[in-house]
Order: sequence, then C-alpha cells, then structure tokens
Amino acid sequence: MRIGILNELAYRMNFLVQLLQSGMSLLTALVGFLVVFSHTETLGDWRPNDILALLGVYLIVGGLVGLLIRPSMSRLMEDVREGTLDYTLTKPEDAQFLVSIAQVRIWKLTDFVLGSIVLGYALFNRGLDVGFDETIAFAVTLTCGGAIVYSFFLILSTLSFWFIRIDNILVIFDAMYQAGRWPIGLYPYWLKFVLTFIVPIAFAITVPAEGLIGRLDAQTLGLDIGVATLMIAVSRLFWRYGLRNYSGASA
Amino acid sequence: MLSIYLAYLKTSIAVMFQYRASMLIWMIWRVIEPIIYLVVWTAVAKSRGGEVGGYTPGTFAAYYIVLMIVQQYTFTWIMHEYEWRVRSGTLSAVLLKPIHPIHSDIADNIGYKVLMTVIIFPAALFIGLLFAPVFTFHADLFILFLLAVVLSYVMRFFIEWALALVAFWTTRNEAFNQVYFLLGLFLTGRIAPLGLLPDWLREVGDALPFQWMLAFPVELLLGRLTNGEIAHGLTMQVLWLVFSFGLHRIVWWRGVRKYSAVGA
Repeated sequence: MRIGILNELAYRMNFLVQLLQSGMSLLTALVGFLVVFSHTETLGDWRPNDILALLGVYLIVGGLVGLLIRPSMSRLMEDVREGTLDYTLTKPEDAQFLVSIAQVRIWKLTDFVLGSIVLGYALFNRGLDVGFDETIAFAVTLTCGGAIVYSFFLILSTLSFWFIRIDNILVIFDAMYQAGRWPIGLYPYWLKFVLTFIVPIAFAITVPAEGLIGRLDAQTLGLDIGVATLMIAVSRLFWRYGLRNYSGASA
Repeated sequence: MLSIYLAYLKTSIAVMFQYRASMLIWMIWRVIEPIIYLVVWTAVAKSRGGEVGGYTPGTFAAYYIVLMIVQQYTFTWIMHEYEWRVRSGTLSAVLLKPIHPIHSDIADNIGYKVLMTVIIFPAALFIGLLFAPVFTFHADLFILFLLAVVLSYVMRFFIEWALALVAFWTTRNEAFNQVYFLLGLFLTGRIAPLGLLPDWLREVGDALPFQWMLAFPVELLLGRLTNGEIAHGLTMQVLWLVFSFGLHRIVWWRGVRKYSAVGA
C-alpha cells in the first residue's frame, strides 16, 4: 500500500492532469444541472438540492472506486496476462487480500474532495437536516455500495483467468457509471434493472444518496445489505474457484 | 489516388475487425450518453405537464435517436490519436511516409464508420422501440439532411484534424482537447437541444462551429427549422468548411517545420 502511494507521488504531472479532468467533469455536471433545473423545479420527485447531493455522492464514490478498487483490479488482470500473479500467490498472506490492495491511484482523491464539497454545499442548502438516522443510513449504504462494487470488480477480474483479454470490459462500467449522475428511478424499467442488478450503479450511488437525504425505505435498505452480503460471498467463492483452475504462467 | 484509398481502407477495416470486441465496447459510450439525456429530458417534460421548449417525450426521443446517428457518422477521434502519436513517438514514422498523413486518417475514419453501420442502426431501432419517438418523414428534408451531414462530417474532420496538430507544439495537449470536448458537449446539442440552453451559452455557441456539427442537421431532419434557417445553416457549414480547410493547411505546414526544427 505504502509503495503504491509513493509510486504515484513520483508522477506529479499526473496530478495536474487528474485535477483538470475532475474539474472538467464537475463543470459538465454542474452546467447540465443548471440547464435542466432552469426548466423545472423537480425531476421525478427529486428537488434541485437532492440532485446536487446525488452528484456529490456520484463524485465521492467514483473517486473512491478509482482510488482503491479499480487500480488493483486492472493490475490483477495485467498480472494474470503477464504471469506475474505467481509472485503474489506464493506469499503467505491471503491472496485475495493482497491483490485487492496492490495499487492505489492517489490523485483520484481530487474527485473525492470535489464531491465532498458539492455534497456539503447541497446539504447546507437543504438546511443541514441530516440527523442521526440519516448518518447511519448513509454509512451503512455507502459501505454496502462499496462492497458490492468491489465484488463486482473482483468477479470481472477473476474472469481473466479464463479470458485473457477482458480489461476492456471495465470500460462498460465507466460508460454505465455516468448514468448514476441522475436518480436511477428515472430510467425505464429494463434499464433500471440493468443499472441495479447487472452493473450495480444504483447500490453504489442512488441508494447512499437516498440514505443521506432521508428518502430511503427499510425495504431498500434490507435489499442493499442482503445483496452486499451475497456479492461478497459469491465473489469470494468465485475467486477461489478461479484460483484453483489457474495453473500459473510457469506451470 | 483512389487505389491508395482502397488499400488504406482495406487495411484499416482488417485492423479494426481484429479489435471488434473492443470497438463494440467503446460503442456503448456513444449509445448510453444520448439515452441518459433522453431520460432526463423526458422526466423534465413530464414534470412540466408533457412539454418543454416545444419538445414532448416523443420528439425528444426522435431528437436523441437522430443525434446519436449523426454523431456516430461525423465524430472523429483524431485529436486523441495525435496526442498518442506524439507521446509514443510514432508521429515521426507517420511523417516519413511519402503520402500526406491526412489520407490514411480519412480512410481509417471512413472504414470505422462503414463497420459501425451494422451496430448503430440496430441500436437506434432498439431505443426507438423503447421510447416511442414521434417523427414524420419528409423526403425533401431528408435529402437536405444528407447534404448537411456530409458537410458536417467534412467540416468537423478538418477542424479536428487542424486542432489535433496542436500536438506539434505541446507534448501534453490533453488540456486543450478536454476544453474542446467540453464545449462540444454543450454546444453541439448533446446535453440538451440548443433551444433549451440559457441565452449566454447560446451566444457563446453562435461564435463557434459546434452547432453546425450536430444540432443543425438533427433539427433540420426533424422539421424544426424554417427555410430561411436551413439556408443560413448550410451557408454557415460551407463557410466553416472553407475556413477549416485553410486552417488545416496552414497548421500542417507550420507544424511540420516546427517539429523538424526540434530535431526529430
């Protein structure tokens, strides 16, 4: 972990590029937000500050995924392809743990910071009505969302034991992820299903945002926790199954 | 010249065919984006009692489906390509070839468009089935639309090719590209039909070529423009085309001199 951070610090230019990218995507989102709400007061049954809070969560989660989950998983796919995964497997620690913390992309913190600012501003505009219940709900749903996205990535990466060239599949996640800038409930039924159960954008963004602004019902919360637990277990089993089938590069 | 183009076209299609899975995946970006904005604007129209700025959910659907198709046929990735060529050092090899590099770039672009035709129309049909677009077909508008799309394609190609050559002067032109793409996102009509943009943004757009790339052909086909607006639009397209053709000649000539002066 430490080494990963130090590696990144060596490329400070990347920070400027990342800052620019984050700033641009924030600007895009904000202008889009302004254009939409210059024509309406509510979207679905979301008010402007709710959407702004959602945007904050979108940036925060996107930042965390890019910071912690994605780099390690891309690295895993690359290691499988190049055969360097064998070095990790010979270590005495749990392999899943090791591959999951192999790499961080520290500059993605800019998304996290920008997202926190947007979220803070939105909550302030709402009159800081976040109570104890909302805080707990946010913490729980964010953790579950993180667990679901992590498991989703682990399953995809484990597929690389069989299909060597699937790193492009992560692009699908990026493309779908932008759909989460708006409430998933707006989408037509089939797309809602895809964005909830196939690519888990709803659990990653919409549900935590709902938790924070107090529109989450107990049923959704239960489903969220259930899916998270299931995904963690399934991805773990799948990873072990994949590992048993993996013969290594040198074998 | 034609035989050179045919040869280029054959290689580029063969190369792309090797990467068909990746190309399919990259397509998803260009299909998802119009769906997202279509969904958002449909919700806005509904919350306003079924209509906003002259668009209903049905006409929004028609707008975004046509937009997706026009975007597919007129877009280029040339600015990324040059950024990559400069960074990876393959630009020198490109320059060594006896034929002006724009020809192989054009062939690549056309090859890609030909291949993607088999995907974009099913995608458009799929969205059409789900969102019930409202659209009346006029043969005369369709002919003008085809003309506008061709003009848009050529104009866009020269503009973006000229801007791609900024890579000759800086090694990291991501910043420049990002600003261009951001402006394009708003001012071509992708994020919203131009009529829904605030006035200040539209005024910025009037000074730039973006609206003639997408919004103009799309609104033309949908029958939202008067004859006067159509004539004006086609004129603007031709003017920007002439300008960008001249620009690409100048930038290329100066860029190559600058590049060799660095000593590559």
